[in-house]
Amino acid sequence: MEQFAPVRRSKDGQPIRYLIVDDSVFARKNLARMVESFGGQVASEAGDGMTAITEYDRTNPDIVLMDITMPQMEGIEAAEKIVLAHPEARIVMVSSVGYQENIVAALQRGARHFVQKPVKPEVLYEVIKYVLGEDGAVAHVAGAGA
Amino acid sequence: MKMELIQPFINSADAVLSQGLHCTTSIGNLSMEEETYRRKGVAAMVWLSGDIEGRIIFDLDPETAVRVASRLAGAELPESDELVRETACELANQIIGNAVTALNDQGFHFRVHPPVLHTSEEGTRGNEDTEALVMCFETDSGTVFMNVALRYNRRRLADHAAAAGN
Repeated sequence: MEQFAPVRRSKDGQPIRYLIVDDSVFARKNLARMVESFGGQVASEAGDGMTAITEYDRTNPDIVLMDITMPQMEGIEAAEKIVLAHPEARIVMVSSVGYQENIVAALQRGARHFVQKPVKPEVLYEVIKYVLGEDGAVAHVAGAGA
Repeated sequence: MKMELIQPFINSADAVLSQGLHCTTSIGNLSMEEETYRRKGVAAMVWLSGDIEGRIIFDLDPETAVRVASRLAGAELPESDELVRETACELANQIIGNAVTALNDQGFHFRVHPPVLHTSEEGTRGNEDTEALVMCFETDSGTVFMNVALRYNRRRLADHAAAAGN
């Protein structure tokens, strides 16, 4: 997998910590590989919205990557509950169902951005930098380019 | 079955497979299902409910599933039953999600249920209302079968017609 210039937390230079929420193990592993190629760390994974809320409280990640269609509790409802409890939460919805109604609903309930599956690493990388804003910094790798 | 219901699924399958597997795809056999559905390998089924209702099944043999998973992941993955099942479900999820997005843009509203594995050897056969269209996509990683049985929700169509008449 392509490697990207690592994105770190501005405040302490530590890797960005991610909570990955998807009912598909395969999709979670794929996203995990991507965020690791961005220099990030997987703080935790969840397979449904209920577990996502619990795991957010437990791990306090920098970014949540949240699927929409999941059993028990869907991603938009889980995102809303997380943001109500943690207004600072940065949640990026990652779903194959990308129609406008869904995107608007997610953004209205507190999600910061939307990425449609199949996920292109370069798209997710840019979205993560955008969502982090000044709280994220691209680390310069010694000997890499000019 | 109306072709306008099927076309988004064909377009989506073609786009997701060719993009995810980095290859060109071609549509092989395309037929209306006359007999009871028979599972060919590992099958994932997704139900839709709303303005359009029915089900779509994606079916691929385990060897193809491992090759597809490895392509999607960008790394060689060892074969396991879980990987094979997950690949079928994730492929169904992505293809159907993209098709649903296109149909929603045309004004259809419905709910997509999470993919489930279709474990029985046979399924129910199509009927007059819900004929099933079967097609296969030939890829560098193997053949992926798609079986689509969808219909318009008559009650909702009647609601729409009544609303338009008011």
